[in-house]
Amino acid sequence: MAAKSNLVNMTVCLTAVCLVCAALLGVVYAMTYQPIQDASLKALNASISLVLPASEQEVSISEAQTAELGGKSYEYFCQLSSEGSVTAYAVKSVTIGFGGPLTVMVGVLPDGTVVATRVLSHSETPGLGAKCETDTHFLGQFEGLAPDVPVKLAKDGGSLDAITASTITSRAYTLAVSNAVELVKSLGGSEDE
Amino acid sequence: MSKLGIITKGLIKENPTFVLVLGMCPTLATTTSAINGLEMGLATMFVLILSNIVISAIAPVVPDKVHIPVYIVVIATFVTILQLLMQAYVPDVYATLGLFIPLIVVNCIVLGRAEAFAGKNSVGDSALDGIGIGLGFTLSLTVIGMVREILGSGAIFGWKFLPGDGMLAFVMAPGAFIVLGYLMVLFNKLAKK
Repeated sequence: MAAKSNLVNMTVCLTAVCLVCAALLGVVYAMTYQPIQDASLKALNASISLVLPASEQEVSISEAQTAELGGKSYEYFCQLSSEGSVTAYAVKSVTIGFGGPLTVMVGVLPDGTVVATRVLSHSETPGLGAKCETDTHFLGQFEGLAPDVPVKLAKDGGSLDAITASTITSRAYTLAVSNAVELVKSLGGSEDE
Repeated sequence: MSKLGIITKGLIKENPTFVLVLGMCPTLATTTSAINGLEMGLATMFVLILSNIVISAIAPVVPDKVHIPVYIVVIATFVTILQLLMQAYVPDVYATLGLFIPLIVVNCIVLGRAEAFAGKNSVGDSALDGIGIGLGFTLSLTVIGMVREILGSGAIFGWKFLPGDGMLAFVMAPGAFIVLGYLMVLFNKLAKK
């Protein structure tokens, strides 16, 4: 059975095991680095096109840009028409949900109307807060939300219904959308490429 | 013990969830739906088989006093590999299970099998033990997930057969304890016959 312990063989054994494991992890990390980047980029692009309005005209999506509002930095993408004017924004908005950061991609028209929203990543409870990805009633409420309607849950004096049993997640989600709308309003129409 | 016996004992006589009552944290937390339970079970099985194989191979040369740290390093390595692979190739599944994948490191089933079986048996038998216990864990989690999904969401494997929300308590933590308790009674009653 197990070898008798002495200082030398304990040190050698632990060092050897750690070295091998670290090397193995390094290899796997290097191997999966590109696929992980690709997968998250693919998810990002898919989410951008999902939250922006469909258009018959040819449009292009700008490179990521950053803007600051209320001490937070946001990454956003502009949908540009063929003349170069901004037709919509896709804002990556991060808030703190129940289980950690909740990242939402929010499509907003230049006047502040919400087009659609989509979760990029979350750490919400499976089966509860995680429904913010799939709950069509909850998500549908944001689509076409006019700029003068407060983006708030009914519980907080607004008009939006929360996901059942997931108020904290719903609040975080609503805040993320609200922040994105504010950001676009602050950018105004002055932003042009 | 016959080779087949090693596998089947993991399913019934030493079922990790209902008989050994190990690894309760992921059991209670991830079984909000059948598919979550199944995925969590398979992820754990992957780690269990590989860590059992490696640990049974190195156990004879590991000094007694450092065997726990060595086992944990091996287990943590496989969990991290699993996490990277899932992020790269099945990002959707990774997004659902999120936090619970890294937590497999501290799942006492994995270290428990390393201590109780892999450290004392041959590589082949340990691999079979990993398969058996892994299958037992996967089946238990899937069944718990199924019951909770049926009662809590009126759905099975994501297919909704009842409109509305169902009994929400079953999707939340109290439901996990209730379902686990009753299934444990039922399982032990049937297994004794």
